This record gives sequence, structure tokens and C-alpha cells, in this order.
Amino acid sequence: MNSKNGASTVLDTLGRLESEAIHIFREVAGEFDRPVILFSGGKDSTLLLHLAIKAFYPAPVPFPLLHVDTGHNFDEVIEFRDRVVAQHGLRLEVAKVQDWIDDGRLEERPDGTRNPLQTVPLLDSITQHKFDAVFGGGRRDEERARAKERIFSLRTAFGQWDPKRQRPELWNLYNGRHRAGEHVRVFPLSNWTELDVWNYIEREGIELPDIYYSHQRDVFLRDGMWLAEGPWGTARDGETLLRKTVRYRTVGDGSCTGAVESDAADIHAVIAEVAASRLTERGATRADDRLSEAAMEDRKREGYF
Amino acid sequence: MSDLLRLATAGSVDDGKSTLVGRLLYDTKSVLADTLDAVHRASADRGLATPDLSLLVDGLRSEREQGITIDVAYRYFATPKRSFVLADTPGHVQYTRNTVTGASTAQLAVLLVDARKGVIEQTRRHAAVLALLGVPRLVLAVNKIDLVDYDEVTFFRIAKEFTAHATALGYTEDAVVQIPVSALAGDNVVDKSANTPWYSGPTLLEHLETVPVEPDPHDAAFRFPVQYVIRPRTAEHLDYRGYAGLIAAGTIKPGDEIVVLPSGRRSTVTKIDTADGELTEAAAGQSVTLLLADDIDISRGDLISVAGNEPTVTDELDATLCWLAEKPLRPGARVLVKHGTRTVQAMVTELRDRFDEQNLSSVDSPASLELNEIGRVALRLAEPVPLDDYSFSRRTGSFLVIDASDGSTLAAGLVGAPLPLLEDGVESCTGGSAATPDTHALVSPGP
Repeated sequence: MNSKNGASTVLDTLGRLESEAIHIFREVAGEFDRPVILFSGGKDSTLLLHLAIKAFYPAPVPFPLLHVDTGHNFDEVIEFRDRVVAQHGLRLEVAKVQDWIDDGRLEERPDGTRNPLQTVPLLDSITQHKFDAVFGGGRRDEERARAKERIFSLRTAFGQWDPKRQRPELWNLYNGRHRAGEHVRVFPLSNWTELDVWNYIEREGIELPDIYYSHQRDVFLRDGMWLAEGPWGTARDGETLLRKTVRYRTVGDGSCTGAVESDAADIHAVIAEVAASRLTERGATRADDRLSEAAMEDRKREGYF
Repeated sequence: MSDLLRLATAGSVDDGKSTLVGRLLYDTKSVLADTLDAVHRASADRGLATPDLSLLVDGLRSEREQGITIDVAYRYFATPKRSFVLADTPGHVQYTRNTVTGASTAQLAVLLVDARKGVIEQTRRHAAVLALLGVPRLVLAVNKIDLVDYDEVTFFRIAKEFTAHATALGYTEDAVVQIPVSALAGDNVVDKSANTPWYSGPTLLEHLETVPVEPDPHDAAFRFPVQYVIRPRTAEHLDYRGYAGLIAAGTIKPGDEIVVLPSGRRSTVTKIDTADGELTEAAAGQSVTLLLADDIDISRGDLISVAGNEPTVTDELDATLCWLAEKPLRPGARVLVKHGTRTVQAMVTELRDRFDEQNLSSVDSPASLELNEIGRVALRLAEPVPLDDYSFSRRTGSFLVIDASDGSTLAAGLVGAPLPLLEDGVESCTGGSAATPDTHALVSPGP
């Protein structure tokens, strides 16, 4: 931003990332029949929605939202989700993992974790609603298997991702052609880093659920992560509930999303903390990525993000 | 100065590219503690004494098993001076496909050679592909300099040979920088090496932090592919009709006269709208919404251009194709062409020649174009499309060739023949003809 008349036309990093994401949203609106935005109320999907609103301003966002609800949510996040949906007059579809468990299509895992169970309700919902483009908040900096993810990622009718069938992405021309029953996952935040996300949230003044900022919570230590108690369970033998000052860096299934000890109570403090952090956000707080070195690659092949 | 640099890496198998990229991430402290722990564990499992930095970037299970990189991977790192988006392109079998992909949005490419081997066939091919795709600047990283005992003579011999090749491809000497490095030992990657006292230039990272980045082509004529028509139809915005898109080239202000292509209808811009308010001016790279004075029929696929300096509207064109599919291209093939926001049916009427990157020469009228081959073709389109030459704009001079039956991307298309070598052969190009880096400098990478 260096223009004398204040109407700068030189974009900085955040300006370029925003322009790219808006371009992607508009391409999908122009070429697909039934797009949907995955929206959990977490920070990446909140950012995704913010960009979608900007892309179609002053018209409403021409897509519905879909939340695959594990039932292991933080109350603050669900309250935030519903408030944002109402505020912008959006339509939200909720696919509840519990419904799939209740009618026998899914079985609860012995460890009680429900993150891996999201895949089936997600794919069933995509089929049921005939969604042909599914926006997700995935970023390439999150994990090595995602570093090769395309912005337009073709999925089979079974939701599967075949690394060998992915198309080369040239210039900013996206090829979203797919066969009936197939769909395309679209990742407008592909080129953002965690720090870009936070800097942009600050610059745009985007509201997030409170649990991203430090607060007091009863937690117990398991596998090096601070887990909260909730409907998904509590401390086992040998684990002790402690009151800690924590915040969340990612928000997912409560049974496997850990809090980090933090005094970062506002956006400025969070940015300072992220900038200084020596742990990736997934590694710090997601038990489901720790199962094996290739955990994310395997789950992607199965149709998870 | 721009605070974002998009770069691509290219090199042959075993040139140590993954290690170099791993070294950049490691030494800029872009590798976080848990990722590093995983690499230390995996290296120890394989019985290695020091961490194998290539493990930081070799992502997919199949390539970890084979110890090679099989697809373009994107890496992100930042220093206080700049943010970097790095397209890490593998160097073996599908090299053209991957190099073309990485190069299509790159403002700079780092090309690796092994100091023991010097400039080899694949180095020449990579450089030719980078020049063809209009990557404005090159860095030659002469890697494994430790394995030639940090020998000055070896380095300058390789540097000189490469510069001659790059110059033949149309690069000026100041667009090409050569750096002696050891990715394994860290020499001259981030920190200056004591082992190369004869080298006075910047380290690789210093160069990446300070190299001028060619801006989006603000000086070029205005080009705006219409992505979407915004019509709120709300009480507040009853008559609002805006044309949404990303400015591909040039600048625009309210009051500017425009022409809509291919229809040729003219109008005037009344307002440049964004969610953050109206703009008094907008330029290449920005996503905006244009409102016009006249109620004319405009839809997705149309191109809005400045009046008086318009692209050619034609249904016949000469183009260069980088063929990316297993299925070969033969004359008479029916395909789809995606240009800007418009997709049209097309037929490849003629294969003019195939580019021999090794000899910088061409083979006339080949029977087919195979995977990873580059050639010039004639295309006929089902309807007229507004086209710029690729040397004018990477965004409005590029297109995809798509298989109409299965939707796969078959080729990267460049309007015209960005490499004059295709017509003229080596001799006439060593003097530096049409594809000078001045031309490249006007070419804009993706956003």
C-alpha cells in the first residue's frame, strides 16, 4: 500500500490471497450447479464464509452451508454457528453423526473418537443433496499430504481422492469438469498459512467463537494433549482434571481436539503466539493425525478432507 | 516492493532438490518442532546419522517408499522481508507436466544442477520450458559444491555454460543468477559459506528476498474476463447489475470506455465495486465488480477490454501446446478449449512442429504429440474468442485443452509461439530475438 492518493492498486500478501479466494468462489458459482460450503463454526470455515460473502456482495451468497456434526461439539461453537447463519440469512444443512449411529449405518468406535466417523455422513449428504462442488477450509501448509492438494480436487462417486487422477493446475484456470455422481472439493484457502489466516482475521475484524482465545477450563492430559471433559468422556484412571488457562488452535471433535496452555486473550496476543510457535496447529492439537505418519493421506483417500 | 514471491524449483532426479527445499524451510525456521521430530524419528529408523531434510517435503506414502517426488508440492515460508510460495516440481518421468504446472504461476525459478555433472540434457529442457512459460527470472543453484571440493573453476565453467544456454532462450544476463550451494551442508543457502571465499554474490535466500519482482502488468491494456453477473434483486439494490471478475491486465477507472468481446458492444465504466466500498481505480490482480452505463447483454465467458486496444477476436489460432496426457494428440482431434472464463469446442487442424528442447530446434509435421512433448498446432474454434498473445499476458494468452469425454486436462496452451526458436532454430536465436526478458517482464504470474 504505497500509493499517494490512497487508492493503492498494489496488493500486499493478504490482498493477493483474498483476491485469489474470491476468484475461486466466483469460478465455482459460474460453473457448478449445486455448490455447498462446509461450515463448522471453526476459524477456517468462518473465514471461508467471510470471503464468500465478499465475493458476491451485495448479493447474498448463492450456496447453502453444510455441517457434519459429530455431536462432540463445544457449546460455544454451535451457538456461534447458528448466530452467524441467522445473521447472514443463510441456509444450513446439518448431518448428525448421531443419526447415523442410531439407525445402525455407523458404529461408535471403541476409543469414542468420532472424527473418523464424519466421512460417511459427509458423503451421504453430498449424494443426497447432489452437491457437485464442496468448499472446504483446507490449507496446504497444514500437513505434508495436503501440500500436493489441488485447489479443485476431483473426487470419485465414493468421495475418494486418487493422487494419480488429480489434474495439473495451470495459471489460474481451474478445470472443474466431472462425471455425474462425482464431485469436486474446492479449497480457496490453499495458499494461506496459519499466520495469514490470523492476520486477515485481525485486519477484517472477523468474529470467532470465544474458545479460540484464552479462558479457564477443566482439562486432563492424554498423549501430551490437554483434553476437555464433555459428552465424549472425561479423565480416566491415572489422568487428573486440572483447571488451566487454555485456548484452542483448531476446533473439531471434542474427544480428540486438544487445548493449548495460553494467555492469549485477544487477536493480537494470538498472532504473537502463532508467530512464535514451534508446533504446527494440527500436530499440537489433533490426536487423529498422530495415528501414523501417513494418517492424513489415508483419510483423504477415504473421502475425508 | 512486493512482499510475496512465487517461485518454482526444477532439477533432475538426485540433484538434491528436496534436500535444498528442506534446507530452505529448515534454515528459515519454517519447520515446526513436531514436523522436525517426525523427520528425526524417520531418519533414525532408516539408520541415518543426520536428519534427512528431504523427508520434510516428500509427502505422499508412495514417494517416501521410493525416495522420489511424484507431484508438484507447494511450500510456504516467510522471512521478515518477504513471504514465499514455492512450487516444488519433481524432475523425473513426468517432468514437463510438473515443470509447466509449477512455472505457470512462478515469478522466478530455481534450477538445480549437480556440480559433478554440470549442465545436462534435462537442465536444458527445464530451462527451455521455463522460458516458454515466461518465468521472468532464473537462479542456477550449482548444488553439491562440497563434492567438488568447493572448486571455483568447476563452478564458473558450469555458470558460463548455463548462461549461454539461457541467453539463447532469450534471457538477459541480469535475469539469471548462479549460486554455488550445498543443500546437504547448508553452504550459501541461507548463510554465507566460508568454504567459497571466491564467491562474492548473495546466498540463495538473500537473492530471493531482494530480487525485483515483476509487478502485475499494470501498464498493459485492460483485460477483464467476466466470471459472474451479480444481480441482488433486493429492495436496496433493485437495479444493481455488476460484472464480477479478476483483472487480468492493465488498470481501470470510472469513466473509462470499454468494449465487450466477442460481441463488440461498447459502454463506459460507471463504478468499480467491492465489498469494502467503491474504488477510484483498480489494477491487474484485483478481484472487483464493474458496473456499466449501458444495459447490454454480458454474461460469464465474455471479456471486457479497454476500447481502442483490443485482443483479436478469432476462431482460428496458432498455439503452442505442452501435452500433459498419456493419450497422444493427433491431427483432427476434437477437444475443449478453456480460455479465461469461456469454454468452447475446438479441433486441432494441424500439428505444425514438435519442439526439440535439447537442440532448441523443431521437427516439422510430426504424426503425433506424446506425453510431455511440446509442439505448435493450428486450432479451429466453434465460435470466435478474444485472444491475446501469450507474450502479452500470461492470463489472457493461456488456455487449457480438455478432453470432452472424461473432463481431464490434456494440455497447457499458449497463444502464439512464445519461443521464437520454434520457427528459427538455434542460430538466429543466439543473438536474442523476440522473447527478450523485457517481454517476459510484462508477463504476469497468477495472483
